[in-house]
Parts: sequence; structure tokens; C-alpha cells
Amino acid sequence: MADVLWLIPALPLAGFVLLMAFGRRLGDPLAGVVGTLTVAGSFVVSLFALFDLNSLPTDERVVQQTLFTWIPAGGFSVDIGFLSDPLTITMCLFITGIAALIHLYSIGYMAGDENYSKFFVYLNLFVASMLLLVLGDNLLLTFLGWEGVGACSYLLISFWFTDEANASAGKKAFVTNRIGDFGFMVGTFLVWMTLGSINYLEINERVHGGIAAGTATAIVLLFFLAATGKSAQLPLFVWLPDAMAGPTPVSALIHAATMVTSGIFLLTRLNPLLEEAGWANDVIAWVGLATALVAALAAVAQNDIKKVLAYSTISQLGYMFLAVGSGAFVAGVFHMITHAFFKALLFLGSGAVIAAMAHEQDMRRYGNLRKYLPITTVTFVVGWLAISGVPPFAGFWSKDEVLAAAWDNGPAGPVMWAIGVVIALLTAFYMTRLVAMTFFGGKERWREPEELPTDPAEAAAAEHEAYEDAPDAHGHHLTPEHTPREPNWTMTVPLVVLGVFATVIGLINLPFGEKVDYLADWLDPTLAHAHEALSAGILAVLAAVAIVVAVVGIAVAWRVYAQHKGSPEKIELPAFEHALYIDDTYAAVVGGPGEAAFDGVATFDSEVVDGAVNGVGRLTQLTGRAVSVFQSGFVRAYALAVAGGAVVLLVFVVMRMSSS
Amino acid sequence: MTAVIPVMILLPFLGALVIGLTPARRAEVFRPIAVLASGGTAAVAAYVLTQFESGEAGYQFVVDRTWIADLGISMHFGIDGISLFLVLMTAGIFPIAILGAKPHHDPKPYYAWLLILQAGSIGVFCALDLVMFFVFFEIVLVPMYFLIGMWGHGRRTYAATKFFLYTMAGSALMLVGIFALALLQSNATGDPLTFDIVTITDNLAVSTTAGRWIFVALAIAFAVKVPLFPLHTWLPDAHTEAPTAGSVILAAVMLKLGTYGFLRLGIEMLPEASVWAAPVLMTLGVIGLTYGAIAATMQKDLKRLVAYSSVAHLGFIILGMFSLTTQGIEGGVLIMVNHGITTGALFLLVGMIYERRHTRLISELSGLQKVAPVMAAVFTTVMLASVGLPGLNGFPGEFLALLGAFSGARWWGVVAVTGVILAALYLLWAYQRTFHGPLTAENASMKDMTGSEFAVMVPLLALIVFLGIYPTPLLERMEPSVEAVIVHVEESVPGFISPDPGLERRAVGDHGDGAEEGEG
Repeated sequence: MADVLWLIPALPLAGFVLLMAFGRRLGDPLAGVVGTLTVAGSFVVSLFALFDLNSLPTDERVVQQTLFTWIPAGGFSVDIGFLSDPLTITMCLFITGIAALIHLYSIGYMAGDENYSKFFVYLNLFVASMLLLVLGDNLLLTFLGWEGVGACSYLLISFWFTDEANASAGKKAFVTNRIGDFGFMVGTFLVWMTLGSINYLEINERVHGGIAAGTATAIVLLFFLAATGKSAQLPLFVWLPDAMAGPTPVSALIHAATMVTSGIFLLTRLNPLLEEAGWANDVIAWVGLATALVAALAAVAQNDIKKVLAYSTISQLGYMFLAVGSGAFVAGVFHMITHAFFKALLFLGSGAVIAAMAHEQDMRRYGNLRKYLPITTVTFVVGWLAISGVPPFAGFWSKDEVLAAAWDNGPAGPVMWAIGVVIALLTAFYMTRLVAMTFFGGKERWREPEELPTDPAEAAAAEHEAYEDAPDAHGHHLTPEHTPREPNWTMTVPLVVLGVFATVIGLINLPFGEKVDYLADWLDPTLAHAHEALSAGILAVLAAVAIVVAVVGIAVAWRVYAQHKGSPEKIELPAFEHALYIDDTYAAVVGGPGEAAFDGVATFDSEVVDGAVNGVGRLTQLTGRAVSVFQSGFVRAYALAVAGGAVVLLVFVVMRMSSS
Repeated sequence: MTAVIPVMILLPFLGALVIGLTPARRAEVFRPIAVLASGGTAAVAAYVLTQFESGEAGYQFVVDRTWIADLGISMHFGIDGISLFLVLMTAGIFPIAILGAKPHHDPKPYYAWLLILQAGSIGVFCALDLVMFFVFFEIVLVPMYFLIGMWGHGRRTYAATKFFLYTMAGSALMLVGIFALALLQSNATGDPLTFDIVTITDNLAVSTTAGRWIFVALAIAFAVKVPLFPLHTWLPDAHTEAPTAGSVILAAVMLKLGTYGFLRLGIEMLPEASVWAAPVLMTLGVIGLTYGAIAATMQKDLKRLVAYSSVAHLGFIILGMFSLTTQGIEGGVLIMVNHGITTGALFLLVGMIYERRHTRLISELSGLQKVAPVMAAVFTTVMLASVGLPGLNGFPGEFLALLGAFSGARWWGVVAVTGVILAALYLLWAYQRTFHGPLTAENASMKDMTGSEFAVMVPLLALIVFLGIYPTPLLERMEPSVEAVIVHVEESVPGFISPDPGLERRAVGDHGDGAEEGEG
């Protein structure tokens, strides 16, 4: 079975090629069907790979398949080769599974778009790249996938390119990620310099005792820099909120469930290296925690439904880095999986809402939608409970493990845990706010436009923002007479399936002893165990606190946003709305001094460097006092002389050659 | 079999001769003749590829005839793994450039000059005699001068003159360097005078000081051609004012004459001086690739932007080569080939836009993807290749060059990686402003690519994908030659060892014993 590993990325890739060649002819919806089927096929192959791997003895669950040598140069050589182990196959399963559902959803969501087939071209290429990223048996093939998903992300964010904001968001995502790629490339160089190979198995084998702590720390920090780009962490997270400009299925697949988890995957893949990396782990944990906090605060004050989810994603990714930095790789992967399901569900649900509301994304114009969108509402509620950490939904189990790992992370552990709990509180709060404003609250606010801010300046600003923040708006306008309608089955089926998973997927790793932590057991050959398990007593207390916090967060938000008691302005501070002005600061620096400096270089080149050359030229002209001759006559004459000489020479060569 | 090199040089020249002898009024025949002659040359080059022995380090298809015996000048040609793909790329890009753009007037001299340019360029890459090298190196100036001066845009006279004088100044130094080298070599060895590159390389006898001076003379000539900062300012003007085919050839072929010269007559022939000068050249390479990218970002003219991007890409080549590592040199040669493909394609695309819109100003273009989706798709692919996206052809070379730089001189490598970020910035921003955004009224009637325009792009696109996924055929053919260069440098320069952690690891045995700890 291992020899068909290549089929996992090859099927979506074949779909990409097929759709690129015939997509336009296949049209709507056939192009979408082809795209969906190839990805679903890839899911089936992944399932087989899972069974295959599972049938092997635990310590033999590592299968490599080399297709051909990609770049050989001297002592450096890297293959197009795949590595199948529990971690990879786990990734493949949830990537292909969720991608297939989102493809199906897109058939309905993108219906009628003038570039319908192109959307699936990009989406299939994305899935293929993502699978290469996780299947690659070496750093460079992962980098190929890494950049491939980045390029697809770029293409899909700016899919509706006629809007300046969308085009700008796509470029911003790519360039910001490239800053992270700096870390990936230099990290790869350093690995090769130190260990003489960039193949994962060889790296992980040579790391123990083969690398100085300082070098390992540097390497891990470099890859973490890469991760902060792709997985949207401080200081590079700023591209992800803007990336919401892409169509909503893209946000669900790329910017929530799969691509943005690449950074966590990469560090997990290199876990033996992290073990040697000392304080780099603390950096990872603290940066993750800080990002989670900042993003959660930002999510509290967003009015665009997708922006809430975007900041929420950043925040949840921060949790995963907290786990990774605490050495709890299983918890990181576990949360990655549960998050993939419930966040994909939430994004697709928001897409259903946006589609039902004439592409309006401002939650201040929603309300009481449960009356019109029953399926969407029920599935969304499941996702809401899952992310808020309400048992028995999936998010509770994985978040609990992350927080327990933080608690256990050395002397600073309890502090990390406490901050993590605050984030959990905020999460429950902002998600309840979203749900209340959208589906509950009694008022159908799009019917009462006067509900919007009354101060004219603020209203104008809000209007402008609403326009800018509504990339899905295609000349649709939400009128007071609008009646929202549930979308068709291609969109609701994925919601229901994801809803089921968001409920039960937590069962794969229950904290009740050795027999039921299936995921930890399964990942055991791949992942190091840095920590002793906490006692059952402590775990129970930590879990109890987490449940209380979730309930409090939900209750407070429900009171404010569903029952309209208390004033939201006290919570939705402008600083939160602007995510602590981090992106604004970057924009000011890049647009101000940054651009000025670049302009300075360009001016320096044309005025000083080239000016000197022209100055010398002019000087020569003046001293020679033969301006006209020099400008045309002399050069031309010389050129012709050289040409004439060349002709003579060539004739001579011909004669010599033919005479012998 | 052994006549392939003369054939590749003479075939385009004969084409030019035929065009020259055909009356100018028969305007319709010049293009077919040019396509035939340049395409035939490409076919011969393809044949050379099939006949090339890939395990060999030395020169193949060698032609060596005494020409002026008293002066030790011979007609010595040969192709090794390094020049093979430069010859192939040169042979292949000319028919594409000829098919991809038409002159607006005087087709007869236009096509004749292009063919002479092809002959001369191939000559440079095959020459194994210093005088031959110099002659071909000079010959190519002339057709390019006329191509820019006669078929160029607005400031063509200024650009052509600047180009010519600049390169001529460099060439004068090269001539001095070549003669000094031959004479000093003859004095030192007591052998009769010879200009033979192979003989001098194998048995270099000039003093260290003299070697360094000669290197400096040659390096300035090559630095102008590459071009290296601060000698690069002829390039934006020449590129921008040249007709499309001229820009394509300038970028794809002529800049590589400089980098090839650095490798063949610098690193290989004067290894001691190269090791001595490597820090300076690597620094200039890093400056070029960051400075060129920054300057590119701020350009208002699309073609000028692509021109500056060449400065950046060529910086990567110099950086990689002067890291004096196997990876760096192979990466450098790989970029030479792949930059020819991608930048050639970019200039063709910019030319197509100009033909339609009669402007290259980014500010006047907007939303083109709406009316020209095919062109947009092609542009996107080429752009991503140029940015160095893995899976496309720009990446393997860039990666190897940087890897070599990092292992040869760590901090140069680190700074150079920032160039990768900048490349994404200037190209994506330019794309955003021209192809994305609202479709403005002036651009609304722009036509998409025609079938024949697309057909010209197809081979380039195919190579962009193929060489990104499978550069091995190039690398395995150039490797023996590159390793021979490395060995030659190590043998010629006492104390110099080219780092290659992969090989070292294999030599010590495959188990980490802690020896490679820390700063590798």
C-alpha cells in the first residue's frame, strides 16, 4: 500500500491539470464535481494508508517512498520522496476529509461566478500542495508545499481581483509569508550545514548528541519564524484578517483548517530538534500565548463576522504553539484536528449566513436568523459550543489538554495556564457575542437601518468600512425587505457532517487513562513525550475551572448581546477593534519611512550612480569638443568597423575550416 | 560530430549572409529565413545535448586548429557541462525572440543583426582561446548596438551609445588583461606564446600579484556586462529602450557572457585571484540582489522594473559562484539558464502589453486580468517562477546559490535571503497594479493573447514547469565539470578548502559523533 502514497497528492494534482485544461468547458457545476471527486479520492487513499500503517507493528510505522531525485548538487541531494508515519497520515486524513467537504460546499457557494472553474483549479492545486507539505520526507519538499499553499492562498485571496482591497490582501499575505520564509530557508541551510542532510528521518536520527544546543536553538527559532508567517502568529499575523477578502470556502479551508496549521506541523515534525533547543521552546510557548491573547481581545470587538472568526483562528493557533512550546506535541496535534473541524464548520456556517444575507458581513445588520436558517443555526451552535470549551464537544477535550500542558511547563507553567484560561474566557465571550448577534437577540436588524451609529462621521466611517470589509459583495444589497433563505444541499450537507465531527472528534483522545488516549498512542512512535502525565486530581481541577470559565464567558456575552443588558461599548474598545494597532503601525512604517527609503534608493540609483556616469560622459564630450561626432558618428563608425572586422574574421574561419 | 560547434556558429551567420544578399524589397522572406537559421541552430544544439557524455568533466566536441601560429592563437572550441546549457539556452531563445516580436520597420537588417548576435553569443560560450573569446565577446556588441539604436523606443540613441561605450571601456581592459596574461605566462614558463584557455588554466605560472591585476582587469569587463553594482546603470536604459527581442536577448544571453566569463576566465583560469577577490564579489552580488530589488520595487515603467529585476537575479549568480562551492557554482549556472527563460518570457509579455497599449507605465495599466485572462495566467506563472517559487524553474538555482553562499560565507548568505522577500514584493506589487484592480476605460478594449503569441510562450512555460520539478538533467551534466573546477581551485590555492557538509558527513561515516557540532 505504501507504494501508492504518491496517489494522495497526485489525485488533486490530476484534478488541477484536468480542470486547467477542460475546466471552462466542464463549467458550472461539473468542474466543481471533478474537483470534489479527486479530493474525495485522495481521502479514500489516505484511509487505506491509515489501515495499512496500522497493520504494521508500532515501531515499524515509518514508510518512505522515493520517486526521483529533485535537486542533486555535490554533497547536497534532495528527493521528491514521501514519508508515511502516523503524524503524516493523520494530517492527510483531516486535510483531505475537510477539503472534500469544502469542495462540495463550494459547488453551491461559487455557483454563478464567472470564474467558477478557475476557483476549483486553484482549490485543487492548494490541496495537492498542502498534501506535499505534510507528505514530503525532507525539508525542501515541505518547503515546496509550503510555498505552493502560499501561492494558492495568494491567488484565492485576490480571486475577486477587481476590488483593490482584495488584490492588496493577496499580495500582503504572500509578502508577509515570505518574511517567514527567510527563516525557513536559513533554517534549512543551517540544518544541512550541521547535520549534512535535510531528510527528516536523518535529521531526527542525527540530532541526539549530534548538535550543539546553541545551533539547535537557532534552527528552531528560524523555523518558528517561518511558522509565525504561515500560521499567523506575532509578529507576522497581520495578513490573516485581511485574507478574509477571499471567498468564504477559502477562508474555511486555507485560512482556518489546513494551511495555517502548517507551522505547528513543521515544528511537530522536527520535535527531536525542539527537544535539544532549550529556551527556543519557551519563546514558542510565550509567543503563542501572547498571540492567542491579542487575537482574542481583537475578536471581541470585530463587527465583520469573518473577522471575528479570523482573529479567533489566530488565537486558537496560538494555543497550538503554546502546546508545542510546552513539549506537548500530541496536545498540539489534537487541538489542530478538533479546531480544523469546528473552525471549518464555523466558517462554512458564516458563509451560509453571508450568502443568505445578500453578502452582508456586518453582524450589526444580522439578528434572529435562527428563524430563517434552522440547519445553519443548529450546526453553528455545535461549532460555537465546541470552540467555547463546553463538554462533551470536541474543543473542550483538546483545549483542556493544551492548558494542562501549559500548567505543567516548568515554573512559569501556572502563569501560562492562567493566561490561557483568560483566553478561554474571551473565546467563550466573543463566540457567544457572534452567535447572539447573528442568530438570536430577537431583533432582525437589517430591517431597521436606523440601528446603525447615528453620529454622521462615525456612520460614514462605518459605511466605508462595511464596503471595504465586504469582499463577497457583488453588487448585492441587503434591503429591509430581504428574507434570508437556507442554502441548497451541497452547502448544508458539509455543515451537518462537520457538525457531527465537531461533536465527537474529541473522543479520539480522552484524558481517562492509557486505554482511551487513542491519538497519543497512535502518534507515539513519531512524537517525543517530554512530560510525565499530571495526576488525575489536578487534571480534574483544571478541567473544572475551564468549564466554569466557559460558562461565565457565555453567560456574560449572552446577557449583553442576546438580552441587550449592559453596554457593549465598555468591552468593544477601539484598541481591541484595531488589534492593539499592530497592523496600523506596520502600515504606517511601511507606507511612510519604508517607502521613502525604497524611493531613496531608486532616486540614488538614477541621480547619483547613473548621474556620475553621465557626468563622466559629458566631461569627455566637452574636453573632446566633438559632441556630434561622439554621439552618433564615432560610435557608429567604430561599431561598423568592428562588424566589418567580424565579417572578415568569420569568412576567414569558414575558409580555414573548409580547407582542412 | 566534431563539426557541431562550427555549424552552430556558422549557421546563423550564413542566415545573416543570405538575408544580406536578398533584396530589401522582398520583406516577407526575412523572418522565415531568420526562423530557419536560428531554429536550425537550436536543432543542432539539441543534437549536441543528445550526444553529450554526461559523466565527463572535460571539453567535448572539441575543435582545435592553429590559426596564427606565431602568436599562439588558435581556433579552439569545446563544450563542457558548464557551457552546454548556456549554448542550448542561447540557441533556443533566439527563435523564440524572433517569433515573439516583429520589427516595425527595416526587417532586413533587423533579422540579420539578430542572427549575427546568435552566432557571436554561441561563439563566446564555446571559445577556448582567449583571442577567440575576446573577438566573439566584442562582436556581439555591434548587433545589439544597432538593435537598440535603430529599433528601440524613445531614448534609443542615448541608451545604445551608453551601452556601447560602457561595454567598450570594459573590453579595453579585458584586452589588456588577456595580452598581459599570455605574455607573462610565456615569460614564466619559457614556452612559446599561447592564448589557449585550457593550456593556461592547467599550467598557470604568472606571479600572484600579476594574476590578481589580470583578474581585476577581466573582472571589470565582466562586471560591466553582468552588470554588477555600481557599473549597472547602462542596463535599465538599454533594456527599456531596446525592442522586445533585443531585451529578451540582452537579459537571457548577453548578461550571461559576463557571469560565464567570471567563471571560465576568473574562477577556473585564475583561481588564486578569485579566492582573493571572492569576498568583494560576493559583497557586490549581495548588494546587487538587494539594491536591484529595491530599485525595481519603485520603478514606474514595467519594463524598467523587469530590467532591475535582472540586476537582482544576476547578483544571485555572482554570489553563488564566488562562494566557490559546488552548490554555489551549480546554482549560479542554473540561474544563468533559468533567468534566461523566465526573464525572456517576462520581456515578451511586457512587449505584448506595450504593443497593445503603447505604454509601459504601471500607473496607466489596471485590471488587465479582466480583459486578458490568458495573458494574466501566463504572466502569473512566469512571475511566480521569477519570484523563485519551488516547483518552478527559478527555485533550484536560487536555492543552491544561497546554500553555497551560506556554507561558504554564512552572513552573506543570510543577507542574500532577504532578496527572496524583496523579489516577491516588486513583482507581486507590479502585478497587482497592472492586472488586478478595477478595469479602467483605457484598458477596457485591450485584446488577450493571440494563439500564435501563446504558442511562442508554450515552450518557455513547459521549461518553467519541467526544470522546476526536474532540474537533474542539467545538474548531473554540469556536476563533473563544476567539481573539476572546485578541485582545480583547491589544488591551485594552498589552504583553500571548499566546504560541502554533505560530502564531509559521508567521508566521516554516517554517524553523528559530535565532531560537526556548533559552527559547521
